[in-house]
Amino acid sequence: MIFNALLIALREIRRNLTRSFLTVLGIVIGVAAVVTMVTLGRGATEQVKQQISKMGSNLLILRPGQSRHFQGASQFGLDDVKAVREQVRGIREVAPFVSTNVPAVYQENERATDIQGTTANYFAIANWELALGRYFTDEEVADGAPVAVIGETIRKELFGPGVDPIGCKIRLKSTAVVVIGLTVEKGQGGWGDDYDDNIITPYTMVQRRLTGRKSEHYISQMMIAGEDGYPSVNIVADINALMRERRNLTGNEEDDFNVFDSLQLAEVISSSTKVMTSLLGAVAGVSLLVGGIGIMNIMLVSVTERTREIGIRLAIGARAREVLLQFLVEAVTLSCVGGVSGILLAYGLCVWLAEIVGAPFMFDPKINLVAFVFSAAIGIIFGFMPARRAAALDPIDALRHE
Amino acid sequence: MSAEALIHLRGITKTYGSGDAAFDALCGVDLNITRGEFVAVMGPSGSGKSTLMNLLGCLDSPTSGSYQFKGIPVETLNKDQRSLIRRHALGFVFQGFNLLARTSALENVELPLLYRGYSRKQRHQMAREALASVGLPDKERNTPAELSGGQQQRVAIARAIVTRPDTLFADEPTGNLDSRTTLEIMDLLRSLNTDRGISIIMVTHEDSVAAYARRIIHVLDGLIADDVGTPSATH
Repeated sequence: MIFNALLIALREIRRNLTRSFLTVLGIVIGVAAVVTMVTLGRGATEQVKQQISKMGSNLLILRPGQSRHFQGASQFGLDDVKAVREQVRGIREVAPFVSTNVPAVYQENERATDIQGTTANYFAIANWELALGRYFTDEEVADGAPVAVIGETIRKELFGPGVDPIGCKIRLKSTAVVVIGLTVEKGQGGWGDDYDDNIITPYTMVQRRLTGRKSEHYISQMMIAGEDGYPSVNIVADINALMRERRNLTGNEEDDFNVFDSLQLAEVISSSTKVMTSLLGAVAGVSLLVGGIGIMNIMLVSVTERTREIGIRLAIGARAREVLLQFLVEAVTLSCVGGVSGILLAYGLCVWLAEIVGAPFMFDPKINLVAFVFSAAIGIIFGFMPARRAAALDPIDALRHE
Repeated sequence: MSAEALIHLRGITKTYGSGDAAFDALCGVDLNITRGEFVAVMGPSGSGKSTLMNLLGCLDSPTSGSYQFKGIPVETLNKDQRSLIRRHALGFVFQGFNLLARTSALENVELPLLYRGYSRKQRHQMAREALASVGLPDKERNTPAELSGGQQQRVAIARAIVTRPDTLFADEPTGNLDSRTTLEIMDLLRSLNTDRGISIIMVTHEDSVAAYARRIIHVLDGLIADDVGTPSATH
């Protein structure tokens, strides 16, 4: 009986292709909108996570000053680095970090760039991998050796793309520095900054030869890697307590340092993206509902328009339940066809929009399945009323209908 | 009641409306029709002949009285059970043909078979045979809009007989046709009656059409006023 109803319903859909197409359109648009919104939202969330993990997984950055009055706060010393490493729980690595902006020169090429001075463990903290050469060693850090690991942008600007820079000497101010490594390209950060436009050297080298601040009390930042799974809020709290004590802050005195927590940032950004996604998804869901009402509307019109046809079917021996099933199956078939078309349309839209927005395309089987089941359910719910009306018709009245 | 009895009506009444607005369309009809008869039902409009046809065709149920179709007490059946009688034993031909638009002749003829659960192959074969038997073997793919009135009525007759019913109900089958086509359709109906033994009950208001029947019943004011040519008059 179901099979027969399906056959009859399919013949009816084929017989009225234009009307069927218009009926389905609402569902197609609704499903496509929901799936596109949710898929793109997931892509955007994923993109944010990827960009933050480029900076380093579980990365925390301890900086002097507050964003409101950054000036004047005293820098950190090596004893602070040691204290953080030894006293704060849940920390994997700590690297001191100084930076300065001087031009790097190789032959006739020059590039003003970010010179980062740090220790050897920084590469692991900030997820730097090598494309060529080697990292610098703890001994080179202790000696303040003039060695450098450069980023891809520096290679392009100073040496040219694809040129092997290892062993070449570049000049920073008056110091000749040997290139010993080239990092794997990270690309752009979330704020449009170029992660590959930098030169990483031992901090001792930067202090002694570039900034001239040879004191061990000129550490401008600390790069901290938290242990996997250890809550970063606890680390932040511990660092805050430790630094307040070490910097003699009491009572209501404000912190003169701040901790940037990449994990926290990732969570905040991805949760706000999720809120946006659900809001847009809800709006799209409303359009799906409107699509369902469209199906009901057209099915109701269709029952009136096809009263004679229903009369013929009843006269030749169709039972009420068979007429009901026919109209229900028609509605469900239409809404399922609409659901599948919407999913296909969404697939195309997502691939296209992902390219435009620059977010990765993340295919999510769950939302596709949910959208399909939802559209089928819409067919049943909004198809039932018209179908019942058709089934309740009296054969004599229906045949007489003009 | 003999084994040949097809239709057996006793004291059938049908009242529409209720209270002061009540209207008796049939006021106690007795009628026997045996298998293989070709009956014409005549009468002015409002006489109750359409009501009688609807009752005989199991499209409606009487207000009172008993109706046995092949021994089945139709007055006790519900809507769906009457549907099944129509599906398995009756065929209908209407004045306005009532074919599905934008649907080929073959699919129109297949329609009753869909509800009887035949396979695709069986449906095609039976529908082709039915179309051939009404003289339209080459019009299978044509839609009603591409067929003349006479051809449309032939398709409708093919649809009515494709299930091999005992009884064919024809409601003004030539009402929309010209006189030449009327003759063709009536010849077709008569051959179905004589060659295949299908009982035919036909409503008409034309004497020339009624003349094809072997028995003519006149209905007037909800009663059978005249019954001519009855092979076994019983009432």
